[in-house]
Amino acid sequence: MAKLSSLFSRSTGSRELRKQPLFTGMSWLVLFMLYAPITVLIVFSFNDNRSVVRWTEFSLRWYSAALENDDIRDAALISIQVAFTATFFATIIATMAALATTRSGQYWGKSASIALINQPLMIPEIVTAIATLSFFSILRHITGVTGIGWLILAHTVFCVPFAYMPIRARLTDMSVTYEAAAADLYASPLQTFRYVTLPLLMPGVVAGAMLAFVVSLDDVIITLLVAGPGETTLPIYILGQIRRGVTPEVNAVSTILIGVTVIMVTLTFFLQRKRK
Amino acid sequence: MPGASRISRDANTTLLMAKKERSRQTRRARFLLLLPVLLVIGIFGLFPLSIALVYSFLEPGTYGGVEWVFSTDAYVQFLFERDIFDDTLTFNSAYLQIFGRSFGLAFITMIGTLILGFPVAYFIAARPPEQRNFWLFAITLPFWTNLLIRTYSMLLIVRDEGIVNLLLINMGIINEPLEMLYTDGAVLAGLVYSYLPFMILPIYASLEKFDFSLLEAGHDLYASRVQVFRHIIIPITRPGIVAGCVLVLIPALGAFITPELLGGGKKLMIGNLIALQFGAGRNWPFGSAAALILMALVLISLLISLRVGAAKEGSHG
Amino acid sequence: MKQKLLHTIAISALALSAVAAHAEGKLNIYNWGNYTNPEMVKKFEEQHGIEVTLDGYDSNETMLAKVKEGNTGYDIVVPGDYMIAIMIKEGLLAEINASEMENFKNVNPDWVDVYWDPGRKYSVPYQWGTTSFTVDSDVYGGDVNTLALIFDTPEELKGRINMLNDMNDVINAGLRYLDYPRCNSDPEQMKELLALLVKAKDDWRTMDYSVIEKLTSKDVDLSQSWNGAAMRARADRPTLTYAYPKEGFTGWMDNVAVLSDAPNMDNAKLFVNFMMDPENAAMTSNFARYANGVIGSEEFMDAEMLEAPEIVMPAGAPVPDFVQPCDQDVVDLYNQVWTRLKQ
Repeated sequence: MAKLSSLFSRSTGSRELRKQPLFTGMSWLVLFMLYAPITVLIVFSFNDNRSVVRWTEFSLRWYSAALENDDIRDAALISIQVAFTATFFATIIATMAALATTRSGQYWGKSASIALINQPLMIPEIVTAIATLSFFSILRHITGVTGIGWLILAHTVFCVPFAYMPIRARLTDMSVTYEAAAADLYASPLQTFRYVTLPLLMPGVVAGAMLAFVVSLDDVIITLLVAGPGETTLPIYILGQIRRGVTPEVNAVSTILIGVTVIMVTLTFFLQRKRK
Repeated sequence: MPGASRISRDANTTLLMAKKERSRQTRRARFLLLLPVLLVIGIFGLFPLSIALVYSFLEPGTYGGVEWVFSTDAYVQFLFERDIFDDTLTFNSAYLQIFGRSFGLAFITMIGTLILGFPVAYFIAARPPEQRNFWLFAITLPFWTNLLIRTYSMLLIVRDEGIVNLLLINMGIINEPLEMLYTDGAVLAGLVYSYLPFMILPIYASLEKFDFSLLEAGHDLYASRVQVFRHIIIPITRPGIVAGCVLVLIPALGAFITPELLGGGKKLMIGNLIALQFGAGRNWPFGSAAALILMALVLISLLISLRVGAAKEGSHG
Repeated sequence: MKQKLLHTIAISALALSAVAAHAEGKLNIYNWGNYTNPEMVKKFEEQHGIEVTLDGYDSNETMLAKVKEGNTGYDIVVPGDYMIAIMIKEGLLAEINASEMENFKNVNPDWVDVYWDPGRKYSVPYQWGTTSFTVDSDVYGGDVNTLALIFDTPEELKGRINMLNDMNDVINAGLRYLDYPRCNSDPEQMKELLALLVKAKDDWRTMDYSVIEKLTSKDVDLSQSWNGAAMRARADRPTLTYAYPKEGFTGWMDNVAVLSDAPNMDNAKLFVNFMMDPENAAMTSNFARYANGVIGSEEFMDAEMLEAPEIVMPAGAPVPDFVQPCDQDVVDLYNQVWTRLKQ
């Protein structure tokens, strides 16, 4: 009886039941609250006044200043570069780790592994920063290798738990039947992963990657202490400005970043659409 | 028939060997999968931890750093204060108060992000599949701007001469500006704002594959909306909720830039306290000790959350 | 998704190669954020054919923590006076004998034999200023030149005060008000100080470094402040008056120095010499809005810099108090007071 009615109501009733109007209302409220500061940020990037707190008149001067300002442009580029690379590696590592620690029942070292994976989360950033500073300094001295790789490594480490959590949550819910079916059809483990597990896991991976990216982009303390010459990221640049007065150039850069992201994603979206 | 039993015995052994081989393969595969994370975090994550542990048992060096002299002063200092005159120890609640305040704030932040974040995760998961990525993007886009700038923008909205007050006064609703900034409420709002995606994304990830026809099944069985929610939706999303809570609670405990900007800086959070020790306070051992104490407390909460998650996993096919 | 990933990796690789461009002759400067005139840097680059990178720190302590570990890759740092003294003691600065450099004759003799670097063997002046407070004379009409405004607040200023979020600045101000010595290790006096601070804190609204924002947005009407920041704030709020309290106020100087493990030692020395040229010192002052210690720079400085009451101290003002770094037991005591104040 239930099955029959669900067959009929799949197109109409299910949509209704999904709605939960309270949730929808709250979601729109949250969206509004999320975008309010962003809107303010964008609006004030067009402020003629030097101050970020009072409005005088419309002007594009901060955009020209930002585009001319090598420091802020470099900082933005470095931030993006570090965030992308760290997210890339962290997501891969986290996915592998999630596969190994979820849905596999108890085995020796499982809890310890999970604790290890989450360890960067557990320790306050300032302590990680100081200790990483000491450690990297020794390593830099021994190996003679310098460069932005160290900073990316430090970012990767703390990005892993952030990528790991959503992937694990997703994996926990996934039924193993699909993979078992694939195995029955003589698919190798690699094929099973590529054609069955990964697509199913993708929303978790995407969620994890996005989290990792956001976390890396915003990191201040660890970057402050670990970055070497020429590796100033955008948060560090802004932090340095706080004591001496933040200028709307930063607003302009942020707006540009948002704009670029929106364009890139829209393009990707249309490209995907076309392929379908 | 003797032949048959021998065949079945051989078959059994072969099966056993196959199983053993399978489990060995599985173990090796698992080890290989874990290897990168073990290496990366083991070396570059645990090592800082052990340095902090070592530092916490040393004496502070002049002008920062440490002297390589063993001492438990840092831990003693957490609870007790040494009287200058007669060297006795009196109980000092200052640090406990700071810890307590941070824990309280972080916990309320977690609840706040859960209350606000769950509906959003559900909303996105309930969208038709083509739209979901768009909504995900819409939710995370604000966070691609820098945290400091976002916080400054929040200031513009809630301060005395900010947008909200301007509107309210112009509309004649109030006469004097509401003092919203530099209050605990402002700090809470700022923290919830910062950590919202950390709650939304894991919940979404565990909700995305949710078969919404189960809702109808519940409905057909005459369950109310609330019951459906409690007995179907919540259990499915429990791993996501747990993950989200961990991802919000722990960083919120160590947060100090946002509380400082929005709270006015008159009160210390754990993060401020520890940062101070590595800065003007020049007491690295105490900073390390406080961090380790924090970590111990966090580890306990994490283990508890693992139990909750494991219970769910165990019941899964 | 995969395409996008590859696409972005490609972009990152390009960006990486662009940023890590090779050049002969480099110099890595590590200064306070937003404190170095980019035009001045360009001038140095062109004059000497050296490529300069500039990175920022937010406090002396952050810089010290990094530099102590060594191998930072930086050549030039710009520490405050007390930090120079500390770094010399720790052997972190190179003895460049600035007093023997070509442009040294331009340095104001008052700034040569200073407590943190007598004879200027390690460093040269960059910017100097005072730390006091500034107050809106529209809100409070009385005499501003006293710390009583902070510690015994008049009615109209209650709840409208911002203090710097700096342990030393706040404690030193309190000690001056009570007429107790700085670097104070007397427990009785410090207890009295703590009581004073806790009581005064009720009348303070915030404790934050972003002074200019707080004043121009009218969150507060009085703020502890560096003199240059006060001048900048006055540009947006003309009724602000910088105070020179009779009880005393802090003087400080930031100095250009070379790290002992600097990879580009010669270029660094060139830069130090460059900074002692009056025109370049003026460029810094015009940017950062503080006084420099180089004679002859006045003719290149903005008129406002030469007249502003924040920069040019009035006749009757007390001599600025340059506070030396304190011993560990004093710092521990300060630490306790600060934590108690903010618990």
